[in-house]
Amino acid sequence: MRRLLLLEKAHIEEIDRYDIYRREGGYTSVEKALKSMSPQEVVEEVKKSGLRGRGGAGFPTGLKWSFLDKKSGRPRYLVCNADESEPGTFKDRYLMEKLPHLLIEGLIVSSYALEANRAFIYVRGEFKWIIKILERAIEEARTAGWLGKNILGSGFDLDIVVHPGAGAYICGEETALLESLEGKRGLPRVKPPFPAVVGLYGMPTVVNNVETLAAVPWIVLNGGDAYASIGIGKSTGTKLISACGNIKKPGVYEVELGLSVEEFLYSDEWCGGMEGEYGLKAIVPGGSSVPILPAHLALKTASGQPRLLSYESMADGGFETGSMLGSGGFIVYDEAQCIVRNTYNFARFYHHESCGQCSPCREGTGWLERLLHKIEEGHGTLHDIDLLWDVQKKIEGNTICPLGDAAAWPVASALRHFRQEFEAHVHQPQQCLFRRRASFVFANASVEIA
Amino acid sequence: MLAVRRGKKVEFSPEVLEQAQQIIRRYPEGQQKSALIPLLHLAQEQFGGYLSVEAMDYIAELLHLKPIEVYEVATFYSMFHLKPVGRYVLEVCHTGPCEIKGAEWLIQTLKKKLGIQEGETTADGLFTLRRVECLAACGYAPMLQCGERYYEFLDTEEKVDALLEQLRQNAIT
Ligand SMILES: Cc1cc2nc3c(=O)[nH]c(=O)nc-3n(C[C@H](O)[C@H](O)[C@H](O)COP(=O)(O)O)c2cc1C
Ligand code: SF4
Ligand code: FES
Repeated sequence: MRRLLLLEKAHIEEIDRYDIYRREGGYTSVEKALKSMSPQEVVEEVKKSGLRGRGGAGFPTGLKWSFLDKKSGRPRYLVCNADESEPGTFKDRYLMEKLPHLLIEGLIVSSYALEANRAFIYVRGEFKWIIKILERAIEEARTAGWLGKNILGSGFDLDIVVHPGAGAYICGEETALLESLEGKRGLPRVKPPFPAVVGLYGMPTVVNNVETLAAVPWIVLNGGDAYASIGIGKSTGTKLISACGNIKKPGVYEVELGLSVEEFLYSDEWCGGMEGEYGLKAIVPGGSSVPILPAHLALKTASGQPRLLSYESMADGGFETGSMLGSGGFIVYDEAQCIVRNTYNFARFYHHESCGQCSPCREGTGWLERLLHKIEEGHGTLHDIDLLWDVQKKIEGNTICPLGDAAAWPVASALRHFRQEFEAHVHQPQQCLFRRRASFVFANASVEIA
Repeated sequence: MLAVRRGKKVEFSPEVLEQAQQIIRRYPEGQQKSALIPLLHLAQEQFGGYLSVEAMDYIAELLHLKPIEVYEVATFYSMFHLKPVGRYVLEVCHTGPCEIKGAEWLIQTLKKKLGIQEGETTADGLFTLRRVECLAACGYAPMLQCGERYYEFLDTEEKVDALLEQLRQNAIT
């Protein structure tokens, strides 16, 4: 059965406009929370729901909220992370385009729970049209009385500001995001202190992903227990998966957690199977930062259980044979894809995006990129492959923020599962699938590949 | 410093200045530095698509910041151009998911059709070609950003031709 908690109304015409959204029952969670619940009761429902952060780490949202320093009485902030820059991930964009008022509704009830009077939406700067959509929706909500002073006569005040980024993957990391929001370079902070105590402008702050906040209205309306009854085990509720790569139907899908990868990939209701004549080679299930899984481990765990779209099943087998649900960026590779090329591409990405604060990341990502480039170009040696393993090991766990790990894991997992392909690049570089495929694709366009 | 001096002072028109003041007022008392990135976007848009030294100094003045505080931010973020660019900056995503769907093909095709290399601008000043990292359009590749818009599924020469033609038309009207 297909249950939609987030996107149920996404297909209603003009649902991005206030009148339509309200007609369809929008903002009732704000009425319920502000009129009949205390902030603490909202926090409790979110705790009960088992909702976990949808930005990538999967940290329990209610627990994070309960860490927020309310006692000191300093101003508190809620910051919505709409930086969406993890390769393979394009779900928040969809949600904000289709249902801007759902995000605003989520921000209002969440700010109420956190007793925060100012919320920010940090949107990646490239999403210029989304910034306009959000600003219009905020204006509509303000006019209708859902924002501003003394909302619904409850005594609760809230303002929401949309703040643009300017092109830097690292600003998706929550402390880099806060630096950026303060008008500085996006350099991650050393933790602790955590944002819950020292966040934006040094004040207690909660940072949550767009999808996380959009899940809150349903929880407030239907109760934490109802949410927890959906999904599987500790992976409660639904998750947006953005599917891309060599599949028939790329796009954004809402799945109940616990759906099998096999069904998601092959059913016509979802990805619709592989796009062309080639079979499945590998899947990166949770955005570019998570380990790549070869076909057999993508569909089944090492112990032979079906692999499910859930936090636990994805991680089954640890990094030896498992991966992570991450942000839900689901990248599918067919047998014509070159894993070395893809690993090189990601290493190049992380090197480009490293903020440069810590040397293992700054230097290490450069080493990864250069070694992989050399191997991909057909000039590598077996020693380079060992060196690659060594370099990624030295980055992992030795950096200020998790970008270092995110750069190391794709390399480690590609070497673990596809070592023979790296060795083949040393012995028979002309067999590189990227080059062969490129020459085929490029033949029609009469252009040369660099 | 990589940035370019344009040789004359720049300033916002009264209407745009009011818009800038509104942006500054969005942030809490004493935190006007938060308006820096939004104002740099505004300056880039107003002053010819890039940030000259004068443009950055002007923003520093508006926000009561030291110029270096503006330079260090402008150089950190990839959306800010520190050199003059063409009227249309074509920014092709070349990260993994786009690469497997033909990002390299799109880049080579654009190079050939425009007669320029990456990072260059056409002689008529219309187009600049750049590579950028993931734009959150991975399922709709190959794609590029130009101005306020994304152009997705650019997988045939016909579509590329149509896009370039459309932009050339827009430039005239
Ligand atoms: C390098 C890096 C990039 C990240 N990018 C994003 C992002 O684009 N969007 C996001 O919501 N979280 C991103 N995160 C995770 C955030 O740091 C943070 O955990 C998240 O916003 C918390 O929200 P959640 O608990 O609701 O998931 C990133 C983390 C790292 C280390
Ligand atoms: S791990 Fe990389 S991105 Fe993160 S703080 Fe260190 S250098 Fe910067
Ligand atoms: S990889 Fe190109 S938009 Fe994500």
